[in-house]
Amino acid sequence: MSVNLTLLTVMGALYACGIYLIMERSLTRVLLGLMLLANATNLLILATGGYAGLAPMFSKDTDPRDYNDPLPQALILTSIVISFAVTAFMLGIIYRSWVLARRDEIQDDVEDIRVAETPSFDAEDDSEIPVETSEFPLTMIGSDGKGISDSGVSGDRTTGDSVSGDSPESDQADGPEAGAATVKAGDHRIQAKDAAAEEKPGSQNVTPGPEGGVK
Amino acid sequence: MNIASFAPLAVVLPILGAALTFVLIRHSRAQRVVSITLLALTLLLECVLLASVWDGGTEAVNIGGWLPPWGIVMVVDQFSSLMLVVSSTVSLAVLVYATGQGMADGDQDAPLSIFHPTYLILVAGVSNAFLSGDLFNLYVGFEILLTASYVLMTLGGTGPRIRAGVTYVVVSVVSSVLFLIAIAMIYGATGTINMADLAIKLADLDSGTRMLLHVMLLVAFGIKAAVFPLSFWLPDSYPTAPAPVTAVFAGLLTKVGVYAMVRTETLLFPGDSLNTPLMVAALLTMVVGILGALAQSDIKRLLSFTLVSHIGYMVFGLAMSSVAGLGAAVFYVAHHITIQTSLFLVTGLIERRGGSSSIDRVAGLAKLSPVLALLFFIPAMNLAGIPPFSGFLGKLGLLQAGVELGTPLAYALVIGGVLTSLLTLLAIARVWNRAFWRKPEDAENPDPVLLAAPEDSDTGHRAGKRNVTLLPRTMVGSTLGLVIFGVALTVFAGPLFRVADQSAVDMLDRSSYIQAVLGENAPVPPIAQPEPAQPEPAQQEAQPEPAQQEAQR
Repeated sequence: MSVNLTLLTVMGALYACGIYLIMERSLTRVLLGLMLLANATNLLILATGGYAGLAPMFSKDTDPRDYNDPLPQALILTSIVISFAVTAFMLGIIYRSWVLARRDEIQDDVEDIRVAETPSFDAEDDSEIPVETSEFPLTMIGSDGKGISDSGVSGDRTTGDSVSGDSPESDQADGPEAGAATVKAGDHRIQAKDAAAEEKPGSQNVTPGPEGGVK
Repeated sequence: MNIASFAPLAVVLPILGAALTFVLIRHSRAQRVVSITLLALTLLLECVLLASVWDGGTEAVNIGGWLPPWGIVMVVDQFSSLMLVVSSTVSLAVLVYATGQGMADGDQDAPLSIFHPTYLILVAGVSNAFLSGDLFNLYVGFEILLTASYVLMTLGGTGPRIRAGVTYVVVSVVSSVLFLIAIAMIYGATGTINMADLAIKLADLDSGTRMLLHVMLLVAFGIKAAVFPLSFWLPDSYPTAPAPVTAVFAGLLTKVGVYAMVRTETLLFPGDSLNTPLMVAALLTMVVGILGALAQSDIKRLLSFTLVSHIGYMVFGLAMSSVAGLGAAVFYVAHHITIQTSLFLVTGLIERRGGSSSIDRVAGLAKLSPVLALLFFIPAMNLAGIPPFSGFLGKLGLLQAGVELGTPLAYALVIGGVLTSLLTLLAIARVWNRAFWRKPEDAENPDPVLLAAPEDSDTGHRAGKRNVTLLPRTMVGSTLGLVIFGVALTVFAGPLFRVADQSAVDMLDRSSYIQAVLGENAPVPPIAQPEPAQPEPAQQEAQPEPAQQEAQR
């Protein structure tokens, strides 16, 4: 099987750039990297068809070996359609991620941080619990008028954070005295009530935010 | 015209349902009727398919009249039809559960109306992957189910789901690209992507090329199946999705990866060239997965880690490549799909009833809702492998096969398997003690609904909505149905194990598969053995001239 050196060089360059880009933390770059990888793979499939030949339309006089192999091209078409759909979807969630968190970055997993932060000596009682950022203590704040605000938390914490396992005592001790129950999302505040509703598994956005909700 | 010719309907019916429900997007009642009816029809068809190959045999269907190895084939054998029946049963139960949840919460509006079409497409993708006898069609099946799963994973577009969805999508796309690269290289090396044809032609390649292709396929499927070093994405992404979605993902998606690994190992690259690394991966998957589960306080995350851990058992059975091991692995896959899905469905109910899925906050459910306790207890004990449940039978089969193999590594895996089983019991017992047996007053920050007087316990306030039914009958009923199906797997374990063993014999022999696809006269190459010390008898069946095969076409 003969191969086209230009195609192979381009393919190699695309793979190199693609792999470099998906190592980045920025979502847009990751998307670009994935697109490059998909296109490099399309070139690879094309290369497996061998050197270019005649269009595969049957005529009695042509030697079958002169035809181009049509199968890889059919495969490429399918893979182009699939990568198109996935790219469109990824653009959608990258935009949504930007709307929610105002950051074009892959965010840390909250539970992973929680497990990593849990000290080993006594996870039940003695652990230093970070400031509450989830909806859970909101069931308490209506009654005693206390609000929570987690503006003191490092930039890693956003609306999406849910830190479970906090005791009510520590929450009341740690929570600064803030007037309104708000949660910091990126660089703007939203009502903690809304954030809590968003957090509920299975629930939809009940109130559209300034950036537009689901409804 | 035999019954297997209707196999493509298992893919077509759900897609038809997806189209219809998409048209009916503003009529939620009609949507429900259409999707449940079509999925039930699919299940019925698949039961007929399973019955037709119950006593062995393989049937192939050429799509569009193109003869293999050029056209796409779908292959119905015991393994694929068993997987189809179990997966459709599970998806039907989850669909009923999800509609029950939708009806109870009274949400008529977007985006839940998109749930039905997407869900049916997911089912179509799973069926396509199970039936496919063509490597590229397998890829398409994977992409169908993955694309549907991206939508289901980020349903509603809330913050946590988007965050989890990004990881999930990127990892899945990378694994798909790896799979596609492997397909391209296999096509470049052999000039075919028909799996039966590949089984013949891959044997002619030199061992270095074959090893490369083998490893690429296993890595791509290993990501999808969440085998240890490649399993990091699963516990981060699954728990944030809505409960029914997590349930169906946990049950089906990883098992499709395991299914593809089984086909790779038995049909495409038989012989024991990679069995040792697979066994090591299986051991690490089991142990690391279950240790992760012990560190979790959220039930959904805990279950996700047990899911990863128990994938190790299946890989263990596969890596032994003996009839006993493979048969036990097939049985274990069927058992695990059912049990893991039921547990996630019950967790959805716990979350509804107790206001949280964190074991720190839920308490006293055994008294508040004995039905829920029963629904949790049976699949939980089943998962941990307590006799007499099917989990015990599957694990016993695997351990027996491991002892039979008798190598030091196999013994290490047997010990690891027992240890994992015990640790699963420990993890499950933690959930049980805290969520069910502890008094509500002892919980940290319990939901008010746990402390409410018994007479108010039917309804509660959830997510700003008033008077939500806490345990709707449809949801409990579908969960109960799935739990009963799991128990039925125990009751009918005898015949099931017979079918699983027979399918293992067929898969290791390969002649049934290859001859069903390529015709009676197709040559079945002997299994490549790295060491000539172990001669494999009964492999010298039909060796007609290739010219005869050409003439038949």
